[in-house]
Amino acid sequence: MSVSPFLFETKELTKAFGGLIAVNQVSIGFKEREAHAIIGPNGAGKSTFVNLLTGHLPASGGHVMFRGADITRLPAHKVARLGIGRSYQKTNVFPTFTCFENCRLAAQSRLSTSMRFLRPAAAYRDISAMASEALERAGLAAKAGRVAGTMSYGEQRQLEIAMVLATAPQVLVLDEPLAGMGKEESEGMVRLLQDLARAYTLILIEHDMDAVFAIARVLSVMVNGTLLESGPLEQIRASKAVQDAYLGDGAEAY
Amino acid sequence: MTGGLPKRLTLILLVLLAALALFPVWGPLAFAAKYAFLLQKLTGIMILAILAMSLDLLVGIAGLVSLGHAAFFGLGGYMLAILSPQYEAANLWVVLPATMAAVAAVSAVVGFLAIRTAGIYFIMVTLAFGQMGYYFFNDSKLAGGSDGAYIYVKPVVEAFGTTLVNLDSKQSFFFVVLGALVAVYLLLRVVLASPFGRVLAAIGVNEGRVRGLGFDPMAYKLVAFTIAGALAGLAGFLAASQYGFVSPAMLGWHQSGHVLVMVILGGMGTLFGPILGAFILELAHFGLEAVTEHWLLPMGVLVIAIVLALPKGVAGLLLQWCGKKGEGGQ
Amino acid sequence: MDFWFFLIQVLNGVQYGLLLFLVASGLTLIFGIMGIINLAHGAFYMLGAYLAYWLARTTGSLVAAVLLSLPISAAIGYVIEALLVRTLYRRDHLDQVLLTYGLILIFNEATRMAWGADVHGVPVPEALNWSIKLTDTLSYPVYRLMLSGVCAVLAIGMYLVIARTRFGMWVRAGASNRDMVAALGIDVKLLFGLVFAIGAALAGLAGAISTPITSVAPGMGDSVLILCFVVVVIGGVGSIKGAFLGAMLIGLADTFGKVFVPDFASFTVYGVMAAVLLWKPRGLFS
Repeated sequence: MSVSPFLFETKELTKAFGGLIAVNQVSIGFKEREAHAIIGPNGAGKSTFVNLLTGHLPASGGHVMFRGADITRLPAHKVARLGIGRSYQKTNVFPTFTCFENCRLAAQSRLSTSMRFLRPAAAYRDISAMASEALERAGLAAKAGRVAGTMSYGEQRQLEIAMVLATAPQVLVLDEPLAGMGKEESEGMVRLLQDLARAYTLILIEHDMDAVFAIARVLSVMVNGTLLESGPLEQIRASKAVQDAYLGDGAEAY
Repeated sequence: MTGGLPKRLTLILLVLLAALALFPVWGPLAFAAKYAFLLQKLTGIMILAILAMSLDLLVGIAGLVSLGHAAFFGLGGYMLAILSPQYEAANLWVVLPATMAAVAAVSAVVGFLAIRTAGIYFIMVTLAFGQMGYYFFNDSKLAGGSDGAYIYVKPVVEAFGTTLVNLDSKQSFFFVVLGALVAVYLLLRVVLASPFGRVLAAIGVNEGRVRGLGFDPMAYKLVAFTIAGALAGLAGFLAASQYGFVSPAMLGWHQSGHVLVMVILGGMGTLFGPILGAFILELAHFGLEAVTEHWLLPMGVLVIAIVLALPKGVAGLLLQWCGKKGEGGQ
Repeated sequence: MDFWFFLIQVLNGVQYGLLLFLVASGLTLIFGIMGIINLAHGAFYMLGAYLAYWLARTTGSLVAAVLLSLPISAAIGYVIEALLVRTLYRRDHLDQVLLTYGLILIFNEATRMAWGADVHGVPVPEALNWSIKLTDTLSYPVYRLMLSGVCAVLAIGMYLVIARTRFGMWVRAGASNRDMVAALGIDVKLLFGLVFAIGAALAGLAGAISTPITSVAPGMGDSVLILCFVVVVIGGVGSIKGAFLGAMLIGLADTFGKVFVPDFASFTVYGVMAAVLLWKPRGLFS
């Protein structure tokens, strides 16, 4: 058996909800330190695919491989511990925690266990340092003391990314990080993602084509739960099939 | 909640604590003949406050609404009744750890079944398990059945063959319970600030995200359920020591509901709130009882009024008034 | 075990199960459709029993008393829904638990004030006060058979209403997907009021017709409520079919528990629940 060129890959991954097949035998490989975007119209099965990839939903068939190991059946928290960090399409932070506490909690997942009862969390210097670093990187250092629920929507989206970074992941799976953002906020986020693309293996689900082209090197196109085509940016841009199915009339929809 | 309370609030709480601790000094002057009765009453309230705090760990912090928490309270009491020799005093250093360990073990088993469910199921399942405990002691001949059981000689604190504290003395028992109350409060504060406590608080706010970050919420909930159960067992142990009597009603769901009301009235998730809740509710109970034998009726109205008018409890009001730090700007 | 003795236990178990079903069906529908966890549901059972006791003494006829108690229970249910429960729809379960707990305190104390704290009994109506002889020593009281019959007819009636009528269609829509009710253009307020009133009436009816075989006392609704929670947990919240199966299971488990392990009779019920939860944490039908 040959060694897979991919860090992270799916093999004929399938998810059926009753009679509806949301993801149909999708095989995609993600190379280390490569920014890979998954695009497709609404209802193409992208979010379901992300949920399968990160153990948030059990697959109906096929496999998810990470570093050569089959992780298809691992629950979400174990997938996260492998170093596969994800963000969510809908803002998903701890609104009553401060910005820093959100990240510190995320960083705590790097402890061998958080079943530690007597020493204050604040006394774990390494953990606090990881949290501060993540905030810094996501451009939120100045907001560390703010209660997350009182921040603007765009800042909460940034926090979402900072929390993933604080878990010290190897792979970032970002589900529509630009969703609902204004133009200026989007530009800041795109710069952040470009920065992250240089340091991490990045898997990006995104609707905004300009952003995708600015960040990703490789594109996979999903339509109706199936993988239409996967390849380098230029190849997908030039693909007739993709243009017919998606880019052409899809562009008008956004 | 970062754990640090506003200064003004800390001051208020310390003043209240000092007033309580000095009750044996000013109480006899203020209440004369009624002092002994009130001392016992206050001791009883502090025990319920410990129970309310333990429930707050589940309801207020972890978001687990248990309607069967009194079962562990009652179990703690029954453990003392069962472990106490009939004619001599049990040694506290033996029976207390044994009681708490036994109650923790039972909580872990019940918790294992209960935390597999969520939301309304959790409420119903804990309610049903609580009743299961109630019927266990009500129907079995293990400890007096529905009549309850007596603890004839109260436990003593012994060391090196000499008796240090005799719980039979109302005054020393008052201080033992006060010490337990403060110790449990501080212990829970420490636990809440620890990595475990942070994960638990996060589960209460957004469980799905905690899982997504790499924690298994089930494990944390189970440990919390076990800790809360053991502390409820401690409260039950103290209650049984105080009254020298245990009955199945200690485990019943009316007791669970009553403690839940304390937590909500005081302000859930704040730890000090449920203590205040216990005092306010029990003193209200005491006052209403003095006015009418049908005190449960106004009590029911009071409970409904609290739900409708004061969803954040007394602690919510206090925090607002003292200016909770960290919120609304830097 | 003797066949006739066994038969009697089965009949008792089924009768108890059917009675529990009348109460539990309302509980499960109120949660399934309205999203309300109603601790005060057992209070309606108690209220029905007290109304039957009181009206039977006043009118001299239990049948008249039961028939009269029905609209009263329904009306009280409707009023409570309109005055208090309605404020809870957008609140979380904790508030619902507390408010309905407060209602229980009020109900229990109010009945104590109205009818005293004593335990009351209601005699079996003369026409039904005889037994069917099974063997030389064993016989079965006709009143219990009739009780099962009435409950069974009501259960079938409920099934037909839910399966065949427009109102039943609303109920099915609401139980499977609460948001759908509003989307279908159904008068939500009316539906909720009716469901709550019908639930209260069914629980009240169960309390009323069981008066000759049980004692009427303050707090009698509490134990029934807890058992109905067990039934609903076993059957799956919102499922009428589950409530029926769960009620039968609990009725039989309780009856046979009393025969085989009398010391731990009430325990068997919870044993069944724990087993079901280990196997299916969300109940049999959910």
